Amino acid sequence: MNELHELAQLLEQGQRQRVAALTQELLGKGVGPQTILNEGLIAGMAVVGEKMRGGEMYLPEVLQAASAMHASLGILKPHLLRAGAKPLGRILMGTVKGDMHDIGKNLVGIMLQGAGFEIVDLGLNVPPQKFIEAINAHSPSIVGMSAMLTTTMLNMKTTIDAIAAAGLRSNVKVIVGGAPVSQKFADEIGADGYARDAVLAVDKVKQLLDTAAWSMPTERLTD
Amino acid sequence: MFGKAPKPLTCGFGLQIGAGEVYPELNFTLPTMLLDETSWPSVVSHYEEIGEMIRRAAKRLHLPGLMVEFELLPPMTERAEWGAEITAVLHRHLKQAHEEIGLPCALRVTPTDIRDITRPPELRSGKAWEEMCRSFDQCAEAGADVLSIESVGGKEVNDEAMMYGDIEGVVFALGVLAPRDMEFLWNEIVALCAARNVVPGADSACGFANTAMQLSSQGMLPEVFAAVIRAASAVRSLVAYECGAVGPSKDCAYEGPILKSITGSPIAMEGKSASCAHFSPVGNVAAAMCDLWSNESVQNIRLLSGSAPEAYLELLAYDCRLFNKARESGTERTYQKLLVDSDVHESPQALVLSPESTFRIASAITKESSHYRRTVAAAREAISVIRDATMQHELRLRAREAQWLDKLGRSFDALPEKEEGLMKAMIERYGHLFSPESYGL
Repeated sequence: MNELHELAQLLEQGQRQRVAALTQELLGKGVGPQTILNEGLIAGMAVVGEKMRGGEMYLPEVLQAASAMHASLGILKPHLLRAGAKPLGRILMGTVKGDMHDIGKNLVGIMLQGAGFEIVDLGLNVPPQKFIEAINAHSPSIVGMSAMLTTTMLNMKTTIDAIAAAGLRSNVKVIVGGAPVSQKFADEIGADGYARDAVLAVDKVKQLLDTAAWSMPTERLTD
Repeated sequence: MFGKAPKPLTCGFGLQIGAGEVYPELNFTLPTMLLDETSWPSVVSHYEEIGEMIRRAAKRLHLPGLMVEFELLPPMTERAEWGAEITAVLHRHLKQAHEEIGLPCALRVTPTDIRDITRPPELRSGKAWEEMCRSFDQCAEAGADVLSIESVGGKEVNDEAMMYGDIEGVVFALGVLAPRDMEFLWNEIVALCAARNVVPGADSACGFANTAMQLSSQGMLPEVFAAVIRAASAVRSLVAYECGAVGPSKDCAYEGPILKSITGSPIAMEGKSASCAHFSPVGNVAAAMCDLWSNESVQNIRLLSGSAPEAYLELLAYDCRLFNKARESGTERTYQKLLVDSDVHESPQALVLSPESTFRIASAITKESSHYRRTVAAAREAISVIRDATMQHELRLRAREAQWLDKLGRSFDALPEKEEGLMKAMIERYGHLFSPESYGL
């Protein structure tokens, strides 16, 4: 459908208002929310992701596209929920105890939000207990931790150990990131994933959840 | 020129900075380890080891002078006695080096700006502010010769605005919020330094412009944007001097040459020999006007040669021999030109740090009187510098970079004449991120 292609293109251009307007228009014409999501928004964001990886788009442009996606999702959300879809990806994020660097973590959060995931951001200098309380309160699928210092990165392990001691480790996947962190370190501390940057973090989350942001029950796939 | 500042200063154990020679400024940090009460004895032993190494290596390398920087980690600032204990350790070793081999040396101590531990940051009162003040005071008492900080006022807005490419937001953060915090903070630091007879060093726009540089290196921001933010960030760093700071500026303050052009105070810089801490496109040009030459930070780990801090001290020592030999032989202009020419054609970020560019940007700043207008003027001049270089085929920008340069030019030209013209919109857009009281608004 040409209009879905147009929606994807407008999203790629970061045209928030026009994306929102076209989303309303498509719903009014009876196009299903899942179709709009899959063939318009997710298709558009896939192009954005590719262009960023290829150095053809900078972060401000990606975030404008993400913002447009967010605007459209806000309109689609009640329709998706009515159709029985559930946002699979609720992600809990925080910079670990003792560390006050948060721009990388914020960036990952914005990118994930743009891709349609739900973010619960605990902020910076987050002690293990606060992660545990938030897991209990929000039931996230993934816990993302960030550290920028060699003297705080080990608090990622402390936090993972605390989550395990609280009996919650099997409930969540854990991803880690930050300048001094590596895949090897992630493996050593028992994390499920590591991402070098915000774009790869989105890929890693999708890979860990094995899904796009919204999933429909099989019987409702035709909307 | 490197090594020479119109207003040289003497600090610590007879270290004259900006009086002709360039000296190494050695920085270091801990290896991967937790920092808590149980690990504290091990932490102290790392700094003891580094102190011993400095004495040994200074003798081996025949160092003509040395600045050592101790950059506190957040828990060392929160617990002032911890930062003071390490300060005393390093002071003792430098004193011993001075007594044993006559090494002119000084200790710069940089507490962490922990005020952004809460969001929105509470900048003028509260627990973090009190802990930070205590840290400054106790480090001064324990033997710091120079006090510095990488302050973060305005960063909470700049981070967001920068990521979204919002020029109004960036200017609001750098030209309205940050200078207000700098004025408050540096009046306090200068008063404390006067009471403790310590040199009030200077600040760094690290959290602003180096964040842009790093995002640019990851392909997330255009290089021209990072270059313009660099120039604009000099205005907030300049406020420290307006309040009484005398330098040397912080090593990670790549805006240093602009500050030196305006204030005449000596500057610390870092470039190729700081690749242990981070990469940059300004490895050589950063050295063109330096008075101290730094490695930024390196973990205290073993390398084949010895400890990493010793390896980097040797690297800095050889770098400094070249600066000083060039001056002695009267070839400093040639050497400076090589440092500049080897970088400025490769990157707009390098271009805006050349002596010629920094002088243009400094001149644009001094023609204006308000922090807001100075910030806009610095940015516009940086854009002009880059445009001129591209028109003269001295710098080639990729098509997308060129588009961004045009976009930046239009955005800065469209800004209101006075900050009042931005205030309402910015409070609506970013009011959730900052507390007006923290900026006296």
